[in-house]
Amino acid sequence: MKTDSKIDKALALDLLGKMMKARKFEEKVQYYFSLGMIHGTTHLGIGEEACAAGTCSALEPLDDMFATHRGHPAAVCKGIDINKMMAEIFARETGVCKGKGGSMHIADKSVGVLGANGILGPSLPLACGSALAHKKLKDGKVSLAFFGDGASNEGAFHEAMNLASVWGLPVLFVCTNNTYGMSTHISKVMKVTDIEKRAIPYGMKSVTVDGNDVMEVYNTVKEMRKYAYENNEPVLIVENTYRTSGHSKSDGNLYRTKDEINYWKERCPIKRFKERLLSEGIATQEEIDNVDKETTEIIDNAVKFALDSPYPKLEDIYDDVYAD
Amino acid sequence: MVEITYANAIKDAISEEMRKDDNVFMMGEDIGVYRGAFGVTGGMVEEFGEDRIMDTPISETAFVGAAIGAAVSGMRPIVEIMFSDFMSVCWDMILNQAPKMHYMFGGKVNVPMVLRTASGGGTGAAAQHSQSLEAMLCHIPGLKVIVPSTPYDAKGLLKSAIRDNNPVMFLEQKLLYRTKGMIPEEEYTIPIGVADVKREGKDCTIVTYGRMVHTCLNAAKQLEEENIDVEVIDLRTLLPMDKEAVLKSVRKTKHLIIVHEAVKTGGLGGEIAASVAETDVFNYLDAPIKRLASEDVPVPFCPILEKGILPDEDKIVKAVKEVLA
Ligand SMILES: Cc1ncc(C[n+]2csc(CCOP(=O)(O)OP(=O)(O)O)c2C)c(N)n1
Ligand SMILES: [Mg+2]
Repeated sequence: MKTDSKIDKALALDLLGKMMKARKFEEKVQYYFSLGMIHGTTHLGIGEEACAAGTCSALEPLDDMFATHRGHPAAVCKGIDINKMMAEIFARETGVCKGKGGSMHIADKSVGVLGANGILGPSLPLACGSALAHKKLKDGKVSLAFFGDGASNEGAFHEAMNLASVWGLPVLFVCTNNTYGMSTHISKVMKVTDIEKRAIPYGMKSVTVDGNDVMEVYNTVKEMRKYAYENNEPVLIVENTYRTSGHSKSDGNLYRTKDEINYWKERCPIKRFKERLLSEGIATQEEIDNVDKETTEIIDNAVKFALDSPYPKLEDIYDDVYAD
Repeated sequence: MVEITYANAIKDAISEEMRKDDNVFMMGEDIGVYRGAFGVTGGMVEEFGEDRIMDTPISETAFVGAAIGAAVSGMRPIVEIMFSDFMSVCWDMILNQAPKMHYMFGGKVNVPMVLRTASGGGTGAAAQHSQSLEAMLCHIPGLKVIVPSTPYDAKGLLKSAIRDNNPVMFLEQKLLYRTKGMIPEEEYTIPIGVADVKREGKDCTIVTYGRMVHTCLNAAKQLEEENIDVEVIDLRTLLPMDKEAVLKSVRKTKHLIIVHEAVKTGGLGGEIAASVAETDVFNYLDAPIKRLASEDVPVPFCPILEKGILPDEDKIVKAVKEVLA
C-alpha cells in the first residue's frame, strides 16, 4: 500500500511523539530492570514502535484494543496514563493494575486498552467478542487484536478468523510480523510465510504494510478501520517489522547475527521518520528536538511518579478477585 | 557422587534415555538453539540433531496432540510446554486424549509419553505464568503426575517416566532449576508413586512436595533448635500418591500439616487430609490437621504480594507450634 505523499504536520509530530514516548519508556524499563529495580520479566518492542503508533493513532479513541505480551508500545500509543503505566511496571499501588498485573498485563479500559496478554492467541477471539458487542450495542466502535507472527500458528488464530468473517464482525486483526517467535524464524514454522494469504480461505480482506513506515501503517489502518466499521467485516493487517531488542530478559540472541540486528537498527522507524520529516521540510530540527525534550520529560516524570508511589498492601490481596 | 543442577539432572535423564532408545525424542517451543526458556535443553540439539530435538510452531494443540499420536504409533515422545499455565491451550489433549485412550480402548493402546512443563511462581511473572496446577491434573485418572524437588529425584523419576507406558505429567519447579544436589555417577531410577522421607522426626509430620520441600526443611531446622522434631515427607509423585507413607508417619507423630504452593481451595491438601481422616489413623491425631497453601487468589505481580500469599518458614514454624500446643 502506498503512503500519501502529503503529510499533515500536526499528525506527523503526534506520531513521532508517540514513537519516541514508547521507545524512551522501554529504554527506561530496560535500565531499571538491569539495576534489579523492576521485578519479573519484560518483553520490549524496541524497533516496532511504528506499528504501535500508526495502528493505535488510526483508531477512534474509544475503540477497544487487545495487545500481546510485547504490549508496552501499543498501550503507550493508545493513550494510557504514562505515570500509572510506569508505576504498574514498578509494582506500585498507583499502577494501572494496582501492581497486580505488571509488564505483561498492562490494561486500562477507560482508554480501550483491554490488556496485554501472557498467553499467545487469545487476543483474536477476545477481539471478536468485543466487536460483536460493539455491533450489537451500535456504539460506533470497532475492536482490534494485536498478535505476532508466531502466535498466528495457534488454533485460536484460525478459529477467530473464521468466526469473525462468518459473523461479519467489525474487527481488525493486526499481525506484528517481526519474523521471529522467540528464536524461531517464521520460515521454520510456516510453509507460506506471507501471512496476508491466511485471510484468503476465510474470505477476509487483508493487506500487508511496511511496519517501519509509520505513515503507511497509519494510513492503511485508518482506511481499514473505516472499511470494517462501515461493512461490518473483519480485516487482517500484516505489519512487517523487526524487534532489535531481545525476546525477553533471557535472550542470548543465539539465533541471529549482530549484522542482522544492525541492519534493522539502521532502519529504525523513529530515525527513518525524523529523516523524512526533515528532508521533506515537514518539520524543522528544532521542532523535532522539542518533541524529543518533551517526551524525555514525560518519561522522567513517570519514573519519578512510580518511585514515589507506595507498594500495594498485603491486606488487600483479596480485593478484585471478584466483582461486586 | 557428583554435584549437578536440577536443570542439568533433567537434561541428563533425557539425554541418557535418548542415547539408549532411538524412539525417544523431544518436541517443544524453542528447545533447540534457544535451549528452552529455562536453559534445560542446552547442547541437546548439537548432540541429537533437529530430528530428535524438534522446535515446533507455537501450536500447542498440534504438537502435544502429535506427541500422543506418536506415542500410540510406536515412539516414546517427550514434549515440553514452556509454562504449565499454557496447558490450557491444549487442554483437550491432556484431559480427553492422552489419559483416556488406554482405558477407553480396552487396554489395547498405550500412550508412553512424558509432558514436561515448568510450574510454580516466585519469578514475578504474574497470573498467567506462575500457577501450580497439579490438582487439576490429579483429577484425571489415567495420568501420572510427578513434581520433583531435588536434582536426584528429578533425574531418577524422569527416567522412570520416560520408560513408563502411560502419559506422565512432569511438573518442573521453576525456582529450583539452578539449585544443586548430589547424584550417583552410575545409572539409577526412582519408582513412580513412592514418597521420600526427606527428614525423619517424631513430633509432627509435614507432607509437602516441589519447592515447598525446601521451605519445610528450613522450618524444620529452625524448630530443631527449639527441640521440636519434625518429619518432612516429600510426596514426589502426586498421582498415584503414596498415601501409605503419610499414614505411617502420622501414626508415629500424631500430628499432620500439609504444605503446598498451589491455592488452598481444591488443592491436594484436602485430598491428603481426607486420606488420613477416612482411615483409623484419624484416631491417632492429637490435633486437627492443618493446611498451609497459597491464598485463593490469582498470583499477583508485586513481589511483596506474590511472596505474601505463600507459605513460608515463619508460617510453617507457627503452624507446627500451634498443632503441638
Ligand atoms: C500459548 C503460549 N505458548 C507459548 C508462549 C511462550 N511465548 C511467549 S512469547 C513467544 C513468542 C511469540 O512470538 P510472536 O507471536 O511472533 O510474538 P513476538 O514475541 O515476536 O512479539 C512464546 C513462544 C506463550 N506465552 N503462550
Ligand atoms: Mg514475532
